[in-house]
Formats: sequence, C-alpha cells, structure tokens
Amino acid sequence: MPERKIRVLIAKPGLDGHDRGARVVARALRDAGMEVIYTGLRQTPPMIAEAALQEDVDVVGLSILSGAHMTLAPRVVELLHAQGMDDVLVLVGGIIPEPDIPLLHAAGVDQVFGPGAATGDIVAYIRAHLQARLGRAAYGEPP
Amino acid sequence: MNDWLDLLGAGPDKPAGRRALARLITHIENDTAEGSSALAALYPYTGRAYRIGVTGAGGAGKSTLVTALTCALRARGQTVGIIAVDPTSPFSGGALLGDRVRMHKLAGDPGVFIRSMASRGARGGLARATADVALAMDAAGFDILIIETVGAGQSEVEIARTAHTAVVVEAPGMGDAVQALKAGLLEIADVLVVNKADRPGVRATVNALQTMFESMPHPPPGAPPVWFPPVIETVATKDDGIEALLDAIDAHCVYLNESNKRAEHERARVEADIMRRLRDGLLGAALDCIGAAGWEAAVAQVAARQTDPQTAAGALIAALGLGEAKAR
Repeated sequence: MPERKIRVLIAKPGLDGHDRGARVVARALRDAGMEVIYTGLRQTPPMIAEAALQEDVDVVGLSILSGAHMTLAPRVVELLHAQGMDDVLVLVGGIIPEPDIPLLHAAGVDQVFGPGAATGDIVAYIRAHLQARLGRAAYGEPP
Repeated sequence: MNDWLDLLGAGPDKPAGRRALARLITHIENDTAEGSSALAALYPYTGRAYRIGVTGAGGAGKSTLVTALTCALRARGQTVGIIAVDPTSPFSGGALLGDRVRMHKLAGDPGVFIRSMASRGARGGLARATADVALAMDAAGFDILIIETVGAGQSEVEIARTAHTAVVVEAPGMGDAVQALKAGLLEIADVLVVNKADRPGVRATVNALQTMFESMPHPPPGAPPVWFPPVIETVATKDDGIEALLDAIDAHCVYLNESNKRAEHERARVEADIMRRLRDGLLGAALDCIGAAGWEAAVAQVAARQTDPQTAAGALIAALGLGEAKAR
C-alpha cells in the first residue's frame, strides 16, 4: 500500500519577480518526500485557487515579497474556502512586517515564515499540522 | 460509489465537477479502496476521449508544446484534460512538479483541467496510476486527453500503449543520424515534432529523422496502408507549426479508425492492463504467503552462497503449490 504523499502548491501571487525563496522552499519540501507543484511567477489569486483545486493539494504556500500580502493572501484563503477547500493548510513566506502577522492569521492564514526561517521548521510544521488534519480528512468521503 | 458518478456528472466545466475529479484522482493515485471501486463504476463511461501522448527529452519543449496544442484544440471548441508527469526522486520519494510553469496561458479556462503527477518510482515515463487517472478524466467528459511523460530518454515507451497518438518531441542538435536509428523512443512515434525550429541545426535534424522513416519498408500494392510518421517543425513559444501538428494528429486518428487499428490498440492496452494487475496481485499474494521469515531465510541463503537465486525462487514458488510454475 503506497503511503499517502503530502501534496503542496507553491505559488507566487502578485507582481514581484523574485522566486528564489519559493524555489528553495520547494526543493526543501521535495527533499522531505513531498510532492511539490510549482506554479511560477505572477499568479492571480483565482489562478492559485484553481490550481490548488485541480491538484487537490494539502498545503498552499504563498511567497510574497511585494508588500501586497494583506491583499493577496486573504483573497486566496477566501477563494479556497468558497470552493470547499477548508482543510487546506495555507502558509505565507516572504517579507511580512511583524504587525501584519496577527492580521494574516485572522484572515485564515495558518502560519507565516519570514526571512531566516529554517526549511526544516517548515517541513516539521506541515507534517505536524497535516497529521492532525489528515487523520480525519485523509481520503475523505466524496466531497 | 455512484456518488462519484453523480459528482463527476456535474461536468468538468463546473467547480463542483472539477473538485470531485481532483479528489477522485487523489484516491486513484493513492490506490485506495474508494478509488478502485469508483474506477470500476465509471469504467462503462470511458472510451470516448482521444488520448494524445507527448514525450521526448527534458528541455525539448514538451510542456510549451502541450500548452500551444491545448490552445489550438480549445479554439476548435474541444475540452482538454492534461496529465503532466514529472519524476519522483528515488532518494527522498519527493517530487518537484513544474509543468504548470509553462502552462499559464491555460489558467482560467473551464474547458481545461491540468493534473500534475509524480512518477512514484514507476519506469516507462508514466506513473503507475496514469492510465487510471486518464480513465477518470475520460469519464468526466473531456474530449481530448494530453498525457505528457517525464523527460524521456530512449526507453520510456509506456506512453505508446496509453495514448492513441504518440507525439515524440525532439529539438535541433540532439544527436546524429545514428541516434535516430537506435531503438526506443523514435520507434513509438506516430508523429515526430522538431521543436525550437528557429534554432540552428534544424535542417540536419529534420533530414535525419525523415531519412529514417522513409527507409521503413513500404507495403506491397494491395496491402493495408501503413502509417509513416510525419516530421513536423514547430516553434511552440510562437505557436508556429501547431496547426500542422494538429492536422497530423487528426490524420493519424483517421488512419487508426479506418484501419481498425484503434480497436487493436484498445485491446492491447486492456490486455497489458489486466496482465499488470494480475502480476502485481499474484506477487502480493505470493509474498503474503511466503511471509517475512520465509523471505528472509531465502535471501540469507543466497547471500551466503548456500544456494543460487533461481533455485531459491523455485523453492519459494514450489511451496505455493501453483502446479508447474517455474522460477525465471
């Protein structure tokens, strides 16, 4: 019986063109045994939500360095919920000012990883939180 | 299980239908009981979609070509399901699935569904579950399925069985005339594409490939027609040559239908599918029967050179009591 693989969408919403951080995280998650779908640059929130739906991912990771995180991240969460993907773990990485972090949590973002976050911590966070969620949602009943 | 049928019945152009398809694909990939029974229930509704396989070396432009091809099919009003396979790391078991990066143009079109798959250790350029995922997309109602293999070398020929038309993508300067003669990938091509045809060296590559196919034996007069793979030049980033490629795929589809080859192809695919399931099932049952201790004992004996692998396997098979079965 093959184990259930953790599927992660790594996306870069908005207009900044710096995807090095996103690629480093994508690679770290791959090396941790996860299946990482990388979407590339300049994605709109509807594109990200639709990709998450088609790929049926467990985690959506948003990398935002443009300062537009307070617009983009809540919109992605909203669209995911609108299509019934309430169980998806939403993570944000990038340059996020400290005061914005509680606001992002309030908007439905599960965790924020800023500059200097260790990739091992991201892996551990995903594993720990999905175990709790997959326990009940793994393979689910038909939606 | 009819639940899944009802859900897929919402239609792949509706969010509910797409969500159901996506979740069903996850079940199929993970080989769950839910997935198996859903596949059994929807099998009668499959067989309508035309399957195009796209294979070739990494960097030849497969994903870009798939995108251009999909745009052209959409312009004709056909819906398209795409399965893009990328390799699983044999070391970590993880995978980086990057085909969507080249497929931005297709975002937001409800007539297109893209699913990235990791190969999960299977060889042949596809994942073990790719053909079953294609069945699910077929049942969901897509007109055309495009299956993109992992960046293939010379032996990833599994796609020939899964797809009706196998498109092999080459780029200029990827080998000489002897490469073109080697067995493997080129032999399975129904249509050959030389992509990046605005690069130097395209003439030599096209000539080498055309020479190879023209030297194939021609059928005697009166014999059933034989398909000679056309060589199409494309620049996928500029949509050049895409209509010609689509015409070639159409011509191959007509050939398959008129020569009754499509039915033969389906039969061969089904045969291989049952055979694989039989092999996997029997092996699983045999290993259960032998048990971990029996297995360890056999491995230890061979490792210590007390017996040879063939004799050891023979003894294990004989103990199963399957009659005249023999170790190979």
